[in-house]
Amino acid sequence: MNFICNFPFFSILLSLFSGTICSVLPAKAAKIVNRVVIIVIGLMSAVLLLYLLSTGESFIYWMGHFPAPWGNEIRAGVLEAGMALFFCIIMYLSMAGGAHKLPGEVVESKHNLYYILVNLLLSSLLALVYTNDMFTAYVFVEINTISACGLIMIRQVGRTIEAAVRYMIMSLLGSGLLLFGLCIMYDLTGHLLMSNIKESVGLIMANGEYQIPLIVSVALMCIGLCIKSALFPFHAWLPDAYGYSTVSSAAILSSLVSKGYIFLLIKIIYRVIGFDIFNSTRIIDVLFVFGLMGMIFGSLSAIKENDIRRMIAFSSVAQIGYIYMGFGMGTQAGMVASIFHILSHAATKSLLFIAAIGLTDVSGGSRKLNDLTGAAYRNKWAGAAFTVGSLSMVGIPLFSGFISKLLFAQAAVQVEGKMLASLIVLGISTVLNAVYFMKTVIRIYTSAADTPYMSITFRDRKPYTVTLVCFILLNIILGVSSQPVVDMIGQGLAMFA
Amino acid sequence: MSRKKTAEEYQKTFAFRFFRWLSGEKDPYSGEVEMQPQKEYQPDPEAALRREKEHDAIMDKVYDTEHNKWMHLFHRLYQATSILFCLFLIALLLVTVSYLPAIGTVTRPVNNEVSGRYIEKGLEETGAINIVAGMILDYRAFDTLGESHVLFVATITVLILLRLNKTEKDEAEVNDRRFEPKNDAILQLVATFLVPIIIIFGIYIILNGHLGPGGGFSGGAVIGAGLVLYLNAFGFKKTERFFTEKTYKWVCFFSLSFYCLAKSYSFYTGANQLHSVIPKGTPGAILSSGLILPLNIAVGLVVACTIYAFYAMFRKGGF
Amino acid sequence: MGPNLFTNYGEAVSAILFCIGFTNLLLQTNLIKKIIGLNIMDSAIYLFLAEKGYIAGRIAPIVVNGVTSTERYINPIPSGLVLTGIVVSVSVTALMLSLTIRLYTRYHTLDLDEISTQLKKEGK
Repeated sequence: MNFICNFPFFSILLSLFSGTICSVLPAKAAKIVNRVVIIVIGLMSAVLLLYLLSTGESFIYWMGHFPAPWGNEIRAGVLEAGMALFFCIIMYLSMAGGAHKLPGEVVESKHNLYYILVNLLLSSLLALVYTNDMFTAYVFVEINTISACGLIMIRQVGRTIEAAVRYMIMSLLGSGLLLFGLCIMYDLTGHLLMSNIKESVGLIMANGEYQIPLIVSVALMCIGLCIKSALFPFHAWLPDAYGYSTVSSAAILSSLVSKGYIFLLIKIIYRVIGFDIFNSTRIIDVLFVFGLMGMIFGSLSAIKENDIRRMIAFSSVAQIGYIYMGFGMGTQAGMVASIFHILSHAATKSLLFIAAIGLTDVSGGSRKLNDLTGAAYRNKWAGAAFTVGSLSMVGIPLFSGFISKLLFAQAAVQVEGKMLASLIVLGISTVLNAVYFMKTVIRIYTSAADTPYMSITFRDRKPYTVTLVCFILLNIILGVSSQPVVDMIGQGLAMFA
Repeated sequence: MSRKKTAEEYQKTFAFRFFRWLSGEKDPYSGEVEMQPQKEYQPDPEAALRREKEHDAIMDKVYDTEHNKWMHLFHRLYQATSILFCLFLIALLLVTVSYLPAIGTVTRPVNNEVSGRYIEKGLEETGAINIVAGMILDYRAFDTLGESHVLFVATITVLILLRLNKTEKDEAEVNDRRFEPKNDAILQLVATFLVPIIIIFGIYIILNGHLGPGGGFSGGAVIGAGLVLYLNAFGFKKTERFFTEKTYKWVCFFSLSFYCLAKSYSFYTGANQLHSVIPKGTPGAILSSGLILPLNIAVGLVVACTIYAFYAMFRKGGF
Repeated sequence: MGPNLFTNYGEAVSAILFCIGFTNLLLQTNLIKKIIGLNIMDSAIYLFLAEKGYIAGRIAPIVVNGVTSTERYINPIPSGLVLTGIVVSVSVTALMLSLTIRLYTRYHTLDLDEISTQLKKEGK
């Protein structure tokens, strides 16, 4: 076996182990360890991605001495390696962009605990991306949930603790449903490894025996993961959690944590149930309707909001609606669009959160839209970055959001019956997005005659500004040269089957 | 070469105006929109007080949960809906259960070649007499690795929430000493007898994890319970002599690192099909079954410390 | 309805317990009751899993006298999964309880709705 095949295993174990190490290090060293680990894992994922693209085949890696039905496995293909690389990039940029806010919002003695949480969160995301075993996925889902809860409430104000409680409650409901569905699935198939379950599921569907419990178990798992990724009716915890936690946490939570669950759902659809069997159930219609509702109601809530961070948070609800709408179309094209939207939303949403913090900093710490008047002049880079993010969210060409909307529209045209609904809602949602994002952009570019607040220039805050520039470049790269990424997603999905 | 345009000419160009507008120095409408001189805002203390009072009254009215008829109605409706929801969920799952394969029969799909191999070859391949221990610490060890990290990350979050800083800690200490049972003779006498027995029993469970029922998690929980009993009988003053936050930190660190590294070695050799140097030993002996015994000890230490840490955190926010 | 509802009475009981726990966790407003609901829900799942391993007339999977035949022992996998699950549930309960302690010391109530009301009154 090629040495590169060890990389997925190395990256999971490295991030787990670095979490343990950070517990005995002082805050500064923990920070360095955290950064270095993210970079190393990113590099390993990049090398792995290149290797997989050159061989064109996915591989299975034994976690132990025993092969398929007995041991535990992880699996790497183009999509997994690409996701891991992307998660590392976003995580590094989010951590770098929010680093200057950490000392003011988190007690000094708890900084190293913050880095432990981030490392374990990264390991759980990687494990969710690479795993080939349902029960392992459940265990790492729990690590993901607990560390995300820690990231929310590490800034200890009343709102965040209440949001953390609500987040935990919803997540635990989701985990309970996921585990129950998993148990039924295990009862019917007798396996826990994804590839073996898929074989048995094929047999069950052919036999006709046990079909009802199988559908129920798939539905339970889907609803569980939908709850955890804050699909529309289950999003009550989200605005407070994203709006009041420290900014790195908000960026990581919105762009990575919910995407980890969604990626697990994609894995379940392709590797456990099978794409065709999943599409023959009514579950996709439910996902489709919830997605459409999320797109509209999320945007409507965002329009009403007067707090910039909460507005961005509500926009996340709408964007997750887009992703589930893509699942609900039940075609390969819809799936590709959804996965591209996962990438583009992760890049854009974290950019918006990081840019918003730059704008509120120069407005006396207030997040009310009225107080942000002229903020873009006082912090030009943050203003430019916020504009780029807004344009991308609205779907202006050149930026990543445009490509995902284009892919969604192309996918919708191919689906009979759902075409009209999805196109209309896509249009409405775009208009609503434009309303609240352009309102904010105009507000921050309206010059205020005399403000008591200081301006911040590039020199005052170099790392922050460099991060913003990286984010903008990432967005434009995704928007301009999207074809290789789309091809890669298609190739990855082909490897899944 | 000098500038092509003079400064005055340059000021008239579009680029100049655009960059001035971009930098916020100039409002494009200033001077073109007629502005009325405004009166300076004078805060009126009485009006402010009145407004505050009105606001309070409205807030009381809105959030007055006891005398609000609609609120009561809503609560009733809420309860009724929750019962209906529960009944619906029960009906759905009962229908599902009725279609599941019958319990207790050999023909269920779960009794397939996987469980068969664990039972038939488990002793030979892992060296553990307790097949469940062999399964969770060898065949499916990655889950268990994740599971001990769940425990670790949970303690970290509890530390974040409940650990107090220096000044608060002194105050909490005083409070805690006040409520602590002081020299409760019965409790102390019982604890003197029971604590050693409980801890020895816990150690027995951990060391026998591969030979019989037991293992790191159960044994660790028993030891943790013994420590909590000791703390309750004798107070923090006694336990601080051998168990502080530093002890917790280092014990956890060494156990988890050992766990991680040992399992990494085992996974690495397994996946690359190299020969592993860890001996299996004779089944049934205390020093047997490869990595399972050391891993059980590591897990037991982590769990015992974690249980004690949870208790100490909940009680006074520190060790 | 399928044929096995009364044969699978153990699973039926655990399904009912799961729903009771689920509803409590979702709809109670008192935090402690929510946590109790969480524990009922988790225990119900473990009962459900434990039922799966059972085979009539066989003993626990600990090798006796070196006999390793599948005819003698029950299925070991669900037992292992329950072990893993219990630890997860312990961690989550500890986290929820400590969140509750924090909220209680700050707002002097366990009612989640009332805490939200107070937060809104603070207007932050």
